[in-house]
Amino acid sequence: MGLLYQIFIDPFMQMGQAPDLLVQTLWEGLVGGVLYALIALGFVLIFKASGVFNFAQGIMMVFAALTLVGLYEKGVPAPLALLLAIGVMYLLALGVERVVLRPLVNQPDIMLFMATFGLTYILIGAGQLVFGGDPKEMPVTALGLPKGAIDLKILGGLVSLQKIDIAAAIIASIMVAGLAVFFQKTRIGRALRAVADDHQAALSVGISLNQIWVIVWFTAGIVALATGIMWGARSDVSFALQVISLKALPVLILGGFTSVPGAIVGGLIIGIGEKLGEFYWGPLVGGGIESWLAYAIALAFLLFKPEGLFGEKIIERI
Amino acid sequence: MRKLKKAVLALIATTALAAPALPAAAEDIFVPLFTYRTGPFAGSGTYIANGMHDYLEMLNQRDGGIGGVKIAIEECETGYNTTKGLECYEAVKPKHPVIVNPWSTGITLPIIPKAAVDKIPVLSMAYGLSASSEGETFPWIFNPPDTYWDGMSMIIKYIAAQEGGLAKLKGKKIGYLYLDAGYGKEPLPFLADLSKELGFQTKLYPVAAAEMQNQSAQWLNVRRDRPDYMIMYGWGAMQPTAVKEAVKTNYPMEKFISIWWPSEEDAKGAGKEAAGFKTLNWHAATPDFPVIKDIEKHVVGAGKSQTPKDQLGTVLYNRGVYNSMLIAEGIRTAQKLTGKKVVTGEDVRRGMESLNIDAARLKELGMDGFAGPIKLTCADHNGHRPTFVQRFDGAKYVKVSDWIEPMHDKVGPLLKADAKAYAEKNAGWPKRTEPCDAK
Repeated sequence: MGLLYQIFIDPFMQMGQAPDLLVQTLWEGLVGGVLYALIALGFVLIFKASGVFNFAQGIMMVFAALTLVGLYEKGVPAPLALLLAIGVMYLLALGVERVVLRPLVNQPDIMLFMATFGLTYILIGAGQLVFGGDPKEMPVTALGLPKGAIDLKILGGLVSLQKIDIAAAIIASIMVAGLAVFFQKTRIGRALRAVADDHQAALSVGISLNQIWVIVWFTAGIVALATGIMWGARSDVSFALQVISLKALPVLILGGFTSVPGAIVGGLIIGIGEKLGEFYWGPLVGGGIESWLAYAIALAFLLFKPEGLFGEKIIERI
Repeated sequence: MRKLKKAVLALIATTALAAPALPAAAEDIFVPLFTYRTGPFAGSGTYIANGMHDYLEMLNQRDGGIGGVKIAIEECETGYNTTKGLECYEAVKPKHPVIVNPWSTGITLPIIPKAAVDKIPVLSMAYGLSASSEGETFPWIFNPPDTYWDGMSMIIKYIAAQEGGLAKLKGKKIGYLYLDAGYGKEPLPFLADLSKELGFQTKLYPVAAAEMQNQSAQWLNVRRDRPDYMIMYGWGAMQPTAVKEAVKTNYPMEKFISIWWPSEEDAKGAGKEAAGFKTLNWHAATPDFPVIKDIEKHVVGAGKSQTPKDQLGTVLYNRGVYNSMLIAEGIRTAQKLTGKKVVTGEDVRRGMESLNIDAARLKELGMDGFAGPIKLTCADHNGHRPTFVQRFDGAKYVKVSDWIEPMHDKVGPLLKADAKAYAEKNAGWPKRTEPCDAK
């Protein structure tokens, strides 16, 4: 009886007794969720255009942020370092298309998936070789990002909003809106959607697969850079960030591998869900449930929507 | 083209087969260093790797090795990954290492049973299995100068001193933020015992390795629970993130105390607000010692190291230096005991057991005031030495307490009981037959 009370009653009593902590938890979950959504977005973009689950998306985030910080530490001004980091991500996209995707075209998907494993280790090695393995501090002020917190004395307590988290939420929203416009309204975006729907049909109407792949990988690189900057500003830029990118997996399970809105909504559900779970129910089992709770949430959703929240329902007639 | 491919493949195969078989030269003393300059824990590991390497290299360059015998130094990258660490162990074993340092509690634990079989002593300096300090049960394992249980007892003693005595801890709430791995869990049984005995409440905040840079949930719990003090056993990227989150949560930094692993960089990232953050330590955190000057002159300045000059004298760099000093002194003692120049693992085990680094010896080593004296015996492979508390002032650590002795009366019996339980749990655990030179 006591256990049932602790599971079903007590957490909600706590929410009512300390609404400021509830709002703070929701905010932390929202910010985490927005960042998970951005990571997931990188996976979705590439999966849509090439059918490849890009295992290297996490290390792309670290590599992009590391390039920016590494250049800054070598004396390059922050805005120029940012531009150069974007340039490096473009070169990476070109390289991936030329060295990985083009030679493996028409090979089974698993080959491409394994190739992204290889790419992961190449980027880890290259990053460590050039910039070293130690964590680096993101030059928040030099990049024009805000520091400090806004403390709101509300709901009988205190809700503290870190300015960098607010900036992350705004930048992520702008990027998502920008990508939506890019996909829906531009010629390249439409071509990209055509490739996602059917490679051969797209080729037959004169769409260059190679060009599209470069654009998609570059876009995923930009998303990776933005995520790396935001997450790096919250903690540090280190290779441990790569592990966080695996949080995108439950987001993708939940949102569907091919849906941009799915990545966003999935990210928010996972972000908020895991924070609420860890904060209100975690202490019942000694804490530390956050790392698997995300998967539990995703799998629970799958029971009702096997294709994910926004995934395409595939019906094969036989 | 096909011929070229075949040639390349043959070359790769030959190299792969030949590499593990190459032993260190017979006239050298082989000291492998398990390091991690890559991966999520590189932020801590790189400093230690540099310190360990540079001290041994300095002995090679300045003195021609130890007792006239060159040290063959070889690093094996573990990435703080247990599987890779065990691969490193198996890879260096055929080359007859005189000692191994796993530099990870996770790697140390599975090596413990292997050490006696392979006749390779293990130095797990202030980490690993706390009970392995019991030399009668673990003759091949050495974990000076303190166990994690000693560390916890000293932190609790320091907290008690702030409150006016151990009795004042009754009813207090102490939070324990730890890496949810073998290392972070190591002091849990001891903390539970202390908590029961002294009447304080413990709140546990485990941080999974995958969540090291995503600790907001743990710190929300801290905000709700309002512990009177926070204790941290962290490593790698977990540490700077924890300090930043503590600042963000407005946790009073003066009451946030860590075991001995955070570096200056771990606190610096949080800015001036991190001032007040405290850690335990047992050695100096400055470059103002002849030993560091010699390293600078013979190794770093001579381009025989990966260490940037500004890293010399930092907490974790000096920790690596101290680690290698223990190895070198173990080898030197083994040479004295056996009369041999090129010693073996069995000899160095005896040397480590007879280690006696007093103040005079520290002075000879250029480490006068660098750390306290240490003496190991056949029964005590740890020393259980006092540590001090250092406070981060916004730029560097400053010593703010006297030397604090561990709670010998509490830690000692528990370690003995744990060692006994370990031997009973591992059926067939060998009774000690190794000779003892230092009764």
